[in-house]
Amino acid sequence: TQTFICCDLHGLEEGPADTAVLTRDQGLSYYRCMQTIRRMELKADQLYKQKIIRGFCHLYDGQEACAAGIEAGIERTDHVITAYRAHAFTYTRGVSVREILAELTGRQGGVAKGKGGSMHMYAPHFYGGNGIVGAQVPLGAGIALACQYQGNGQICVALYGDGAANQGQLFETYNMAALWKLPCVFVCENNRYGMGTSVERAAASTDYYKRGDFIPGLRVDGMDVLCVREATKFAADHCRSGKGPILMELQTYRYHGHSMSDPGVSYRTREEVQEVRSKNDPISLLKERMLSNNMASAEELKEIDGEIRKEVDDAAQFATSDPEPPLDDLCKYIYHNSPPVQVRGTNPWAKLQSVSSS
Amino acid sequence: QGSFIDALVVLQMMVRDALNQAMDEELERDERVFLLGEEVAQYDGAYKVSRGLWKKYGDQRIIDTPISEVRAGLRPICEFMTFNFSMQAIDQVINSAAKTCYMSAGFQAVPIVFRGPNGSSAGVAAQHSQCFAAWYAHCPGLKVVSPWNSEDAKGLLKAAIRDDNPVVFMENELMYGVPFEMSEEALSKDFVLPIGKAKIERPGNHVTLVSHSRCVGHCLDAAAVLAKEGIECEVINLRSIRPMDTDAIEASVMKTNHLVTVEGGWPQFGVGAEICAKIMEGPAFNYLDAPVTRVTGVDIPMPYAKILEDNSVPQIKDIIFSIKKTLNV
Repeated sequence: TQTFICCDLHGLEEGPADTAVLTRDQGLSYYRCMQTIRRMELKADQLYKQKIIRGFCHLYDGQEACAAGIEAGIERTDHVITAYRAHAFTYTRGVSVREILAELTGRQGGVAKGKGGSMHMYAPHFYGGNGIVGAQVPLGAGIALACQYQGNGQICVALYGDGAANQGQLFETYNMAALWKLPCVFVCENNRYGMGTSVERAAASTDYYKRGDFIPGLRVDGMDVLCVREATKFAADHCRSGKGPILMELQTYRYHGHSMSDPGVSYRTREEVQEVRSKNDPISLLKERMLSNNMASAEELKEIDGEIRKEVDDAAQFATSDPEPPLDDLCKYIYHNSPPVQVRGTNPWAKLQSVSSS
Repeated sequence: QGSFIDALVVLQMMVRDALNQAMDEELERDERVFLLGEEVAQYDGAYKVSRGLWKKYGDQRIIDTPISEVRAGLRPICEFMTFNFSMQAIDQVINSAAKTCYMSAGFQAVPIVFRGPNGSSAGVAAQHSQCFAAWYAHCPGLKVVSPWNSEDAKGLLKAAIRDDNPVVFMENELMYGVPFEMSEEALSKDFVLPIGKAKIERPGNHVTLVSHSRCVGHCLDAAAVLAKEGIECEVINLRSIRPMDTDAIEASVMKTNHLVTVEGGWPQFGVGAEICAKIMEGPAFNYLDAPVTRVTGVDIPMPYAKILEDNSVPQIKDIIFSIKKTLNV
C-alpha cells in the first residue's frame, strides 16, 4: 500500500518522497516489533509495581513507532545511541525481551549481567542507555567520527528528548558535527514533556528540527511508523552521501509518566492522554492501515498478539526466576584488558580482587 | 502563660519537611532569597522537598529551569535533582562560585546554596549513586555541609542560606522520608546551626566513630549492638565536611584512643582519608592505640542488582566488624 508522507523541512530543498510503499511483510514485521515493545513495557510496569524491578524505570509505550521506524530505516551495521528511555531500542537493536526484563530485575541473565539496570543496556552497535540528560549526544557524534575515520559507510543515530534539546553540549556537538561533516543523524523524540515541564515552559523555540541552525532538519509525525522510516532513510542517505549531519524531530507521546515514580497527570490531563491513545496510537494506526488495505486479517494480527503475549510472559518468568548475580561479580569488569588490581571493600580487611573483561 | 503540656509535646518531622520549613522561613525572611532548579516549582520538586513553595511564593521566587547550568546574583538556592547532575555545572560551582571572592579580593561575594540529594539511593545504578563530598570539600572557597537528621537539615540549611559564601548542601534521598523528633527550639524561625561544628550524638569511652549523613544512623545502630557487649562507642555526626570540626574529633580520640570513620563514598582521597591525615598531623596522634580504620563504600562503580548494591555500601555488620578489629577484640 502507498502512504502520503508529510514532512516539515529546514535548510533542505527537498525531503523524503511524497509517498512510500508498505509491503505486507514489512507491515507484519513493524506490527510485531511495536506490539512486542508495547507488551514488554507494560510487563515492566507490572513488575515494577510488584517491586521486582527497582530504581529507575522510564517506559516507552506510545513511542513505539519511533524505535521501530528508525530501525526499519537504517542498516543493522549502523549505530544507535539514546538516553534512558531505552528498552525499546535495546530490543530493536537485537537484544531479546528475556535479557531486557532480566536486566530490569537485576539477574545474572540480564543483558548487562545485572550490573547496569534499566538505563545501562548495551548491544553490538548500540551504546545504551545513558542516564545523564544530553550526555549521549556528543558521544553519538564521536561514534559518527569513528565511522568517518574508518570509511565504512556507516552512520550514527543519536537520540535525545525535548528536555535535552536545550542542553549546551548539544549545540557544541552540532557545531563540530557540521564542521567536520560527521555522518550523524540527530533525532529529537519530542514527547511534549521534559519530566514534568511542557515544551512551552522549557524552550524559547519548540521547533526542535530547526534548533540545529546550520544543520538541515526535518520534522515528521512520530506516531506513524512509515513516516519515521521514510524520514530516517532520507536522513541516513543524506549522511552517507557525505553531506554531513542532519536533524530529525519526531513528534510523539508517552502514555506513562516520566518514570514509574511519576503518575504523569500532575502536569497534563488524563483527557489528553486518552485522546492520544484513542486517536493517535501508533500500533492502532498501523493495524487500521493494514486491515483497511486487506494486507492482513484481524485473526492473523490476533494470532501475532497471542505469540507476543506468550513471549513476554515467558521472558517475565525467566526474569523473576533467574538468580541474582553472584557476589564474585562485584569487582568484575571495572577495567578492560588489564591486570587484576586489589579492590578495597568496605573496610581495610576486605581485600577484593578485580577481574577485567577482555 | 504557657501550659505544662507544651513541654511534653514533641513533634516528629521528616527530613524533607524540615528542609521545606527551612526554605519557607528563609524565603519569608529575605526577599533576595529564591529557589531554582528542575521541577522545583509546579512539580513541587522531584523529591517533593519544595512542595507548596511555588503556590506560596509564585513564579518570581520559585523558578523551574530547563536542564542547564544556573547562575544568579541575588541569594539563590540552586537545587540539583541529584548531585550527579551537578557535574554538568561543576565548572560554574568551582570556578565561578568558589573562587570569585578570593580572586576579587573580597569585592564580589557569592552567597549561593547548591543543594540536592547526594550519594547512593536504592537501585539507581552507577551514574546516579556517586557521593560528591570529597570532590567539593577538596576546594577552598566552598563550604560543604552534610546533614543527617531533621534538626540538622533545618538548622544547617538556614545557616547555608544566610551564609554569604557558596555552600554545597548535600542531602540524602533515603533520609527524606525519615521522621525525627524536633525540639521546640528547632521548630522556631531563628533556629540556625553553626557551619563547621560537629555534634556528639552518643557519648562513649572505648572508640570514636566519625560519620556524616545517612551513615550516622548506621553508626548509632552499631553502637547500640556493641553496647550490649560492653563496648561504648562515641558517635560524632560531622554535620560539616568543610570546614571540618577537627577539634571535636581530636578531643574524642584523646579520650577513647581509637578511631573509626564511616562514609558511603569511595575510599580513595575521601572524607575518611582526610580525617586520617588530620589526626596524624595533630595532638591526637599520640593517643591512638591502633591505626585509624576507614569504613567506606566499595571502590567500584555502583552495580544495579540488589545483592551487589547491598554489598557495595557499608552495612552495620561492616561497622561492627571494623570496630572490633580496631579494638582488637
